Amino acid sequence: MDQQNKLTLQKLLFAFIITISMTFISCGDNAPQDPSKFSNTKKVVNASGLSDFELENGIGPIKQKIELTTIDPVLVKKGQGIFETKCAACHKLDERYVGPAQRDVFKRRSPEYILNFMLNPEENYKRHPEAKKLLGEYLTQMPNQNLTIDEAKAMLDYFRKIADEK
Amino acid sequence: MKNISRKTLLSAFGILFLIALTYAGCNQSKTSLSGNEAEQVYVAPGTYDEFYLFTSGGFSGQMGVYGLPSGRHFKTISVFAQNPETGYGYSEETKAMLNTTYGFIPWDDSHHPEFSMTDGVPDGRFIFINGNNTPRVAKIDLKEFETTEIIEIPNSAGNHASPFVTENTEYIIASTRFSIPIPQSDVSISSYKENFKGTISFIKLDPKTEKMNLEFQIIVPGFNYDLAHAGKGPSHDWAFFTSYNSEQANSLLEINASKNDKDFVAAVNWKKAEQYLKEGKAKTYDAEYYRNYVDHKTQIAVSEKNNQVKVLDPKDCPGMMYYLPTPKSPHGVDVDPTGEYIVAGGKLASVIPVHSFTKMMKAIEEKQFDGEIAGIPILKYDAVVAGEVKDPGLGPLHTEFDDNGYAYTSAFISSEIVKWKIGTWEVVDRIPTYYSIGHLCIPGGDSKKPYGKYVIALNKITKDRYLPTGPELTQSAQLIDITGEKMKLLLDFPTVGEPHYAQAIPSDLIMKNSVKFYKIEENGNPYAVKGEKDSRVERKGNEVHIYMSAMRSHFSPDNIEGVKVGDVVYFHVTNLEQDWDVPHGFAIKGMNNSELLIMPGATRTIKWEPKKVGVYPFYCSDFCSALHQEMQGYVRVSPSNSNVPLAFSLGN
Repeated sequence: MDQQNKLTLQKLLFAFIITISMTFISCGDNAPQDPSKFSNTKKVVNASGLSDFELENGIGPIKQKIELTTIDPVLVKKGQGIFETKCAACHKLDERYVGPAQRDVFKRRSPEYILNFMLNPEENYKRHPEAKKLLGEYLTQMPNQNLTIDEAKAMLDYFRKIADEK
Repeated sequence: MKNISRKTLLSAFGILFLIALTYAGCNQSKTSLSGNEAEQVYVAPGTYDEFYLFTSGGFSGQMGVYGLPSGRHFKTISVFAQNPETGYGYSEETKAMLNTTYGFIPWDDSHHPEFSMTDGVPDGRFIFINGNNTPRVAKIDLKEFETTEIIEIPNSAGNHASPFVTENTEYIIASTRFSIPIPQSDVSISSYKENFKGTISFIKLDPKTEKMNLEFQIIVPGFNYDLAHAGKGPSHDWAFFTSYNSEQANSLLEINASKNDKDFVAAVNWKKAEQYLKEGKAKTYDAEYYRNYVDHKTQIAVSEKNNQVKVLDPKDCPGMMYYLPTPKSPHGVDVDPTGEYIVAGGKLASVIPVHSFTKMMKAIEEKQFDGEIAGIPILKYDAVVAGEVKDPGLGPLHTEFDDNGYAYTSAFISSEIVKWKIGTWEVVDRIPTYYSIGHLCIPGGDSKKPYGKYVIALNKITKDRYLPTGPELTQSAQLIDITGEKMKLLLDFPTVGEPHYAQAIPSDLIMKNSVKFYKIEENGNPYAVKGEKDSRVERKGNEVHIYMSAMRSHFSPDNIEGVKVGDVVYFHVTNLEQDWDVPHGFAIKGMNNSELLIMPGATRTIKWEPKKVGVYPFYCSDFCSALHQEMQGYVRVSPSNSNVPLAFSLGN
């Protein structure tokens, strides 16, 4: 077999690989989808494989900076209710408990990070260096409490409010 | 050079093989293959089955959920039997589901799953199933795969011809296999012919509230009413019931109820029955029966006792009911997708008789009667029969239909499925089953729109099909491909409890509605805690109520003191999780009860009566997290006369 034929075979192989990939992709349409996967694959710039935005603001549905308006007392109340029902089993405001104290969370993290972490904890634990560090310290993963974006935003206003209270 | 090219060639073949595999994986969930059987039933890891299959739990009293074509078991739905795995029938929230006029009954025998229908097609909202022994009908909500309502049927025994639904689930129908004195009374068994009667019950499903209500019953001669199916399309207003023991024997039925050449298919015009009911033709009978339902708001089962039922007598209601003579001791009665043909499986007959709805209506109009029984005209056999399937196998029982004009009948004695053509009545194919097939199921096979891809044989005898497990063997279902001219056996798969009927439905009709967790803010259980700060312990006399929350990975409170011997302790455990597939379990040492399994967002209560002094550990029995082994607590039980104050804490 001469060089020419070998090349043709290699081209053929390449074509096969492309075909396989396409087949897998088309198959993927039928496969179950994990709705919690929001990864943003653009602008990979660092060793963790995350974009600068993701490094600062977490991985999740919030993909750009949000504009903070004045704190809405209605949302604060709603956020507090959600916190007490769905979060307070593991978080206290001023002391470490199962998870970190929450009063200063707004000072420690960007608003987008807080939202993304509440909305998409699993993926952040897997991929985000800050979340991995947190897991190392607290040894337990924060469960996904399936908040809507609106509910998470109400909690953000609650966190903003309590940050100023002490 | 040669070596390299050989390697390259080998790689190319390897890749070709991979492609073939990949395509096979793809095709599996689409149309059927003509390839090998393994490919047809292979559902690749992480991908879904094409159909849900719901099987009767038989003498387990429950219902099984499987995937097709894989035959994988997904869930056992608790229906008529207590289930210690989930706490069904043990927890305070679910106990009432099993209340009857005979008291709490922890078991029944469930035979026939039947989907709710819209326009004669399964709609994926509910599936119903009968309790045969203590007559009941259960409704299972397919959003949750949980039993949400059970209605007891008075004036009934052996609720076998049940539950079959009319074309738009207007009614769920049920009838007596065993005739009994109605109302019940202390009479000699030998007075059967004089005193024993059967009933056919019509349970109305309220289209708005979705509640079941026993709308009326029809009192009928004391035969054994065996199976049923409602009409559809042109026969929409009618329901059909097989009967045997028209001899009205009360002993050694295997001989004495097999004497007559023909028994009957009973045809009931339920529209006419409704009209007679409206006209006040029904008599009101005193009859106690329970309706148990899960209160939507509190998620607690409630028992409601009813005391009366309306009963119609065919004598007073001309045109409501007819008998169609049918050879011989017919078992199944099945209506084809067009609603024209009524197929009866005469288990002792040498043919399968097929009645024509058109001919039946004409015979009624022309009064082609052959006498009457208790006011019910008997139509002439020749005037109603459309044809007979000859050589249908021995012991034909049940028939299901495909979407190409073929019918498939199970033959119990000759252990086979017989395929025949509607209209020509000729047998076109047959396939052996292993062994002694009872019911069979084609997805949508009793509806207007069958999905004629598979037939599932539900066999009564297993023998040597699986590894032996002592005298008791698993039950044996078989999946058969019916897309080709010849039926082809694909797979054996085991099922739980004796298999009677089963129904299957395309999975996309159900999975899109499946609940993943209960929203904690909608939890209306009065014993729920909406957050850890509400968790507490309260004493009311000798009752101690522990309002407990569960969250990965702790209970609150987890140290409890001040409980005394003689107290009745209620653990009300709320699972605060809001994530799919994160139930928590709860169990405490020495509890004479089952565990609790609490779904995310739900509250469940278990009763504990500690009998001995000591400190009792409790823990989460469903592995929930990396720190699941840490999810535990203690209750201190002191002597009945002690002064240890009630105290509870977490983290101190």
